[in-house]
Amino acid sequence: MAATAAFLDDPFLPVGDAAAIPLKDILPWAVFGLLIAMLALYFVSTEQGAVSLFDGKAVHEFVHDGRHLLGFPCH
Amino acid sequence: MTKDMLWRGMLAGILAALLATLFARAVAEPQVDHAIAFEASHEAQEHAHHDRHGHDEDEGEIVSRATQKGLGLFTAMTLYGAAIGGIFSQLFAYAYGRLARVGPRTLAAMLAMLAFLVIAVVPALKYPPNPPAVGQPDTIQIRTAAYFAMLVASVVATIVAFRVKAMLAERLGGFDAVLAGIAAFIAVILIAGALLPGFDEVPADFPAALLWRFRVSALGIQALLWATIGLSFGLMAERRLRRA
Repeated sequence: MAATAAFLDDPFLPVGDAAAIPLKDILPWAVFGLLIAMLALYFVSTEQGAVSLFDGKAVHEFVHDGRHLLGFPCH
Repeated sequence: MTKDMLWRGMLAGILAALLATLFARAVAEPQVDHAIAFEASHEAQEHAHHDRHGHDEDEGEIVSRATQKGLGLFTAMTLYGAAIGGIFSQLFAYAYGRLARVGPRTLAAMLAMLAFLVIAVVPALKYPPNPPAVGQPDTIQIRTAAYFAMLVASVVATIVAFRVKAMLAERLGGFDAVLAGIAAFIAVILIAGALLPGFDEVPADFPAALLWRFRVSALGIQALLWATIGLSFGLMAERRLRRA
């Protein structure tokens, strides 16, 4: 462990579980953040591809290159 | 504290998106342009053969190529970066002081490497990124569903791996427990990969070198994204945690 710490050279180590952020502090942010993130990811990855909430192809065409390059099936 | 982590994660993600856009613009966009040129020449041939005008796709561009590879690419990257950066920060908030006794910069770098593997590399082994002109439009639904199923399988495999490691840690010791966890990960991935359908939709005369360059560029974009998120978030998180 000492060798690992020396190798990684990270001087600021958490001491015990006291350093951990309490779960009840994380949960609301994590849930809300995940919800918003999923919405953003949906529009980048899928809207007007496999699933369409809005008619047309404007969203698909706008994020077209990002969708291809981030590895999502585009069309 | 979690709120501050979320902000920093999104900021790191946006910074990563900025770099990824520049990289994509320089390295990946030429491949996309080549693929679109291939697609266009094929469509022209088909039209000449059948002389039918059923294709409504080429009748007037909705978004110009310049916008697609400029503002459109940047917008997509920024949304993606902010989203994954935010999720990453919440994972970090949970893992810090719990997962391993390492400092914030080390933890962020390790988590980012893991995320790159789980989110980008493993799903791409089964369903690699495809340039325009590759893939049948009428299979987009099933291909999208299969891709996300593989992504979920990769995340589930990671959770299983951590569970296995935790369960066996006392009996086997740390190193062997980690090996067992990795073995469990590989087993779940192999099963999911065998169960999910495969797609062979690359046009016969699509240039193999172009396909390779496109896919390597796409992998490079993901590597740059996750490296930037891991390293920049680690710096910001450490400064914030020092103050606490």
